[in-house]
Amino acid sequence: MNIEVLGSGCPNCQTLERRTREALAELHLDATIEKVQDMQAIVSYGVMRTPCLVIDGRVVIQGAVPKVDALKELLTKHAGAR
Amino acid sequence: MARFRSLTVAGGALLLWAVVYAFLQSGVDALIAGLHIPLSERWGTAVAFFVYEAPKVLLLLTLVVFLVGIVRTYFSPARTRRMLGNRSPFIGNVLASMLGIVTPFCSCSAVPLFIGFVEGGIPLGVTFSFLIAAPMINEVAVVLLLGLFGWQTALLYVVTGLFIAIIAGAAIGRMSMERHVEPWVYEVRATDAGEEASLSPDDRVDAAAQSVREIVGRVWPYLLAGIAIGSLIHGYVPEQFMAGLMGRTAWWAVPAAVLLGVPLYSNAAGIIPIVQALLSKGAALGTTLAFMMSVIGLSLPEVIILRKVLRPPLIAAFVGVVAVGIVIVGYFFNFVLG
Repeated sequence: MNIEVLGSGCPNCQTLERRTREALAELHLDATIEKVQDMQAIVSYGVMRTPCLVIDGRVVIQGAVPKVDALKELLTKHAGAR
Repeated sequence: MARFRSLTVAGGALLLWAVVYAFLQSGVDALIAGLHIPLSERWGTAVAFFVYEAPKVLLLLTLVVFLVGIVRTYFSPARTRRMLGNRSPFIGNVLASMLGIVTPFCSCSAVPLFIGFVEGGIPLGVTFSFLIAAPMINEVAVVLLLGLFGWQTALLYVVTGLFIAIIAGAAIGRMSMERHVEPWVYEVRATDAGEEASLSPDDRVDAAAQSVREIVGRVWPYLLAGIAIGSLIHGYVPEQFMAGLMGRTAWWAVPAAVLLGVPLYSNAAGIIPIVQALLSKGAALGTTLAFMMSVIGLSLPEVIILRKVLRPPLIAAFVGVVAVGIVIVGYFFNFVLG
């Protein structure tokens, strides 16, 4: 799984990245996490709110910081769909 | 039942809130009497003010942030953009200003939002109406005005804030400033991120609860500090002290208040209680309103963030038009209604 965290580096973005890592670790899932901080790159995804979570090129979270449990559910779904 | 767990918890919390709020006044009265705090002494007045105001404002803040959080789950920037498409210019400005209040917005998303609007064909002036209203009319400011000044002043603030956002946006729209947007903005070819996921009632409650944790969690120290300083002013600063400095007769007070307000961004929660205390010492309402609008609506960090997409002439037009709007509002309330 290829995961990108989009955000300008604000506290919310950092929280989202940390929680995503936690969720992945708890699920024992293997994924690469990339932080996208460049504004031009962020807006090319067509999002209007940050932070965002992108899994395999698809925007799955916009402008929200879900709890670890919700992230685990989301990641499991995407891992299963592959 | 498990499906509506958050909803049930929220219902219980609302009930508890109502009970605490209903008994707050008599509870605090009993406390003041029980501790024999002398209201005739200066320090007594100060303590009493703090003990009355701090819990009341915190309670109101929690409730309003929660309710606004629920409302905001029904809006998203993408939906707002759709609603703003193909409107006649002035209607677009009015609608954008009002949507600015209810659409979730934080200044760290100002750039993607700006680009999203421009890409969606929203006129520059309408986009600015949104960008002016969104930070200026926010729930924290409104709650503080409501709790410390009463609903009339809160309403006045919202209405004049909307007025400034509409007029300033319309003015910027007429200046044909499109060429002062950074060229890369027009070159972005964004893919469609698709619809945001639909939410259950429980999801909405959870989202609102999260915004309470986030906003109240961030704001409460400033709020308590502000009310504490306000209490000291209430107790110790003599009546009419501010009349010369921020009173109606000092013509320069309104522009000075606006200038002073710009660098004081993000501390609205701390500043409004202080301003309220000053007002009771003879400061004029217009000057006070102008100061608050400048503190909240014209923020240095947001200007710096927007510099990524706007060239200096457009930044200057944005700050200039809003500042002039605030000064006019200040004078209006000082001289017309004063």
